[in-house]
Amino acid sequence: MRRPPDEQNAPLPPSRSAGVKPSIGRFFSIENRYLPPLLITLILLAGQVKYGLLESFSRTALAIATSILLDIILGRLVLNKWPHVASAYITGISVGILLRSPEFWPYALCSAIAITSKYVIRWHGRHLWNPSNFAISAMLILAPAYVATLSVQWGNEIWTMVIVWILGALITWRVRRFHITLTYVVSFLAFSAIRSSMVGDSFLAEVAPITGPMYQLFIFFMITDPRTTVSSKRGQILVAFLVALAEMILRLANNIHAPYYALTIVGPAAKAIQIWMNSRRQTAAETPRPTVSAPV
Amino acid sequence: MKIALSVVFVALLATPLVIRRYQESKAFAAIQGGQAQALSRYGFYLQETAKTSGINFVHQAPTLDAKLRPIMEQVASMGAAVSIVDFDRDGWEDIYVVNSKEGSHNALYRNQGNGTFRDVAAEVGLADLNLPGTGVSTGAVWGDYDNDGFEDVLIYKWGEPELFHNDGGKHFTRVTEQAGLPPWLNANSAIWLDYDNDGKLDLFIAGYYPEDVDLWHLKTTKIMPESFEYAKNGGRKYLFHNLGNGKFEEVSERLGISSRRWALAAVAADLRGTGYADLFISNDYGVSELYLNQGGQSFREAGKEAGVGFSPKSGMTASVGDVLNTGQYAVYVSNISEEGVLVQGNNLWMPKAGSPKGIVKYENMANTFGVELGGWSFGAQFADLNNDGFLDLYVATGNVSLDPHRSYWYDYSKVAGGNQAIISDAANWPPIDGRSLSGYQHKRVWISDGQGRFQEVAQLVGAKDTYDGRSVAMADFENRGALDVVVANQRGPVLLYKSTVAPGRHWIELELEGQRSNRSAIGAQADVFWNGQQQLQEVSGGSGFCSQNQRRLHFGLGKTTSVDRVEIRWPSGARQIVTSPQIDQIVKVKEPR
Repeated sequence: MRRPPDEQNAPLPPSRSAGVKPSIGRFFSIENRYLPPLLITLILLAGQVKYGLLESFSRTALAIATSILLDIILGRLVLNKWPHVASAYITGISVGILLRSPEFWPYALCSAIAITSKYVIRWHGRHLWNPSNFAISAMLILAPAYVATLSVQWGNEIWTMVIVWILGALITWRVRRFHITLTYVVSFLAFSAIRSSMVGDSFLAEVAPITGPMYQLFIFFMITDPRTTVSSKRGQILVAFLVALAEMILRLANNIHAPYYALTIVGPAAKAIQIWMNSRRQTAAETPRPTVSAPV
Repeated sequence: MKIALSVVFVALLATPLVIRRYQESKAFAAIQGGQAQALSRYGFYLQETAKTSGINFVHQAPTLDAKLRPIMEQVASMGAAVSIVDFDRDGWEDIYVVNSKEGSHNALYRNQGNGTFRDVAAEVGLADLNLPGTGVSTGAVWGDYDNDGFEDVLIYKWGEPELFHNDGGKHFTRVTEQAGLPPWLNANSAIWLDYDNDGKLDLFIAGYYPEDVDLWHLKTTKIMPESFEYAKNGGRKYLFHNLGNGKFEEVSERLGISSRRWALAAVAADLRGTGYADLFISNDYGVSELYLNQGGQSFREAGKEAGVGFSPKSGMTASVGDVLNTGQYAVYVSNISEEGVLVQGNNLWMPKAGSPKGIVKYENMANTFGVELGGWSFGAQFADLNNDGFLDLYVATGNVSLDPHRSYWYDYSKVAGGNQAIISDAANWPPIDGRSLSGYQHKRVWISDGQGRFQEVAQLVGAKDTYDGRSVAMADFENRGALDVVVANQRGPVLLYKSTVAPGRHWIELELEGQRSNRSAIGAQADVFWNGQQQLQEVSGGSGFCSQNQRRLHFGLGKTTSVDRVEIRWPSGARQIVTSPQIDQIVKVKEPR
């Protein structure tokens, strides 16, 4: 069943897992759409309380508030509906965590670009880019003097990283997106080995980036975004692989923001191809077949 | 609706470009003009005069263990340092600069009182301190630890630290062993302070690499920070209590200082008005630390409580100044900002009004005040460069300048974001391979309007070099009421920026001498009141990055022709008021017995 286009990048509804009760307790009875926001909020709070991960709470709050407010306004004006706030919340909090700037305005601007992009850049009623990925990439290109991206670690402790990986894996598995994450991680590791052999740097140096929180947010919340990935499982696996491939090419060109740009390039291209193929199939299905007469 | 929304969307995307264009147009307008315009607009200009003044010193970097060869330029990227002292008490400020190549010599430039200097380090015994096997110098701080009236010197190193006693300004005698200093450490910061106000100068030394690491003979390559922002595997801290007989007792742990963060700078100042020196430490790869002095008996780390212990960055300087002329010190910490890669921003920690008793709460106002983005900032010092009555800020910038067309940033950021097991091993760091890492950067000279806004004028006032700036020190070398700037550059020349201040701007300098307090008067505070204004300064035993300004306190007074009074708070607790002192001259004040 197709979801209405105005639900944007909200996570999957609960219906897919209805009737399946994993044994890990009531936690998993929470509606799927609330799991990613819950996880990302936990990451935010734990990261800030323990490690001072954020530039400041106020900047992140500004990003979230801008995102939610603008989504509500544009949802009413453009689609005449009240959008579910989970989507805008994820966009805002992603911007608030991933963007780094000593200024306040980039947080508001980035959220505004992200939300507005959902309503402006549409094809066949669907938006093509993951909003926060598009906006962060835009900010990195257009405002490099004012912004960078999250580059800190989870302190010095391996356990924090492991816990986030486990929680993130459980949640993506629950929302049936774990194969995307897994494909990307495996591809990244394989490409790290290839890069290492090509440029001569150690394998660990090539793997290093994926051990940080930025990548955890990227692989659990950005590349798994249901509204901006293709629909078939095989297609999703292929897209995740292609994102990792594009990232490797960008990394070989010493591009520091390779994962963001890779997803910005591959994600919408894949989505556009799918929309185009669907539309062709639909056209073909709707075209009446020519009548074949029996030979006399 | 769609068209309107599309227009808004394009406008949003264009916003950063508009902001940048606006800021660049302002900056472009500022760099038009020459010295005359700088003098009329900003009240001063700087002229680089090192060579014509007789200073021909070029810093050389060390060659460390071959295991570090791939990243040698990055690891050996510190060591250039400058400190100011009047070592022979002739009334003219002298310059001591250190070198860091094995076998290289440090230099002591004696001010000849005629605008020229002569290197007398070899004559007095302070030159040959980088012998192979003993490590190399990374800085020096001066203080009269035995109160004989002549400034002694600690030379800290990646290697064997050295303490020299000043024998009447004629010669220096090595007293390292008698003093009880450790045999080896890897320090980039040391300061003199009298933490218990007993009248004898104590010594704080902050380690960077752990003290069991000999960078020339590595047992392992796992010597790097365990994290880019949360590292606690650096060098230990030392607090040497002066016992008064030429000996020092190490008391850091007993008094509550046990950090192993990667310290790059420290400054001691009475930040809370308690009469005791608090200790602010700027750490690379982590948050800053604030040690509150508990009545001279112990220290309590209160970085988080005070608001400075969050948002880890790459602290590289620690300087204090009464930025708004309120009688309270702000603390400036330099960090890294590299366009499109890492925008940490420097911190200007302004004290908040109404802080609870016993603690001072800080707020980072660098952005609001306009002193935030300084590239890869290293040493910084507050000083009233234009004598308008408000403290300005000079920031040395630039990290590693090699091939200007190839950057190491991609590889650097790759490993810097890695987990502990990866980043802490130098073997995992990609080779720098002749590339630059935030090299060839313009300096920052921020002049204050006294109302909380600073304007960047480096290019206009003549600070145009692009060397890899490290250590900055201020002094009035010609006793004429203008602060000159000395900059020590890594693998580059020492620069002497001679200052010319617009006529009609007045000043006063205070030369304090302790009697019950330590004779160097380090920790003494002078509050100058004039024309309804007030500015507080403190004699410092070292500040900035590996540097020490002249001990003499310099106050610009603007167009005012008189000073109402100077209130002096001596470390001993004594208070002294000097009423209506003469201006436009150096005023000597002795502490009453």
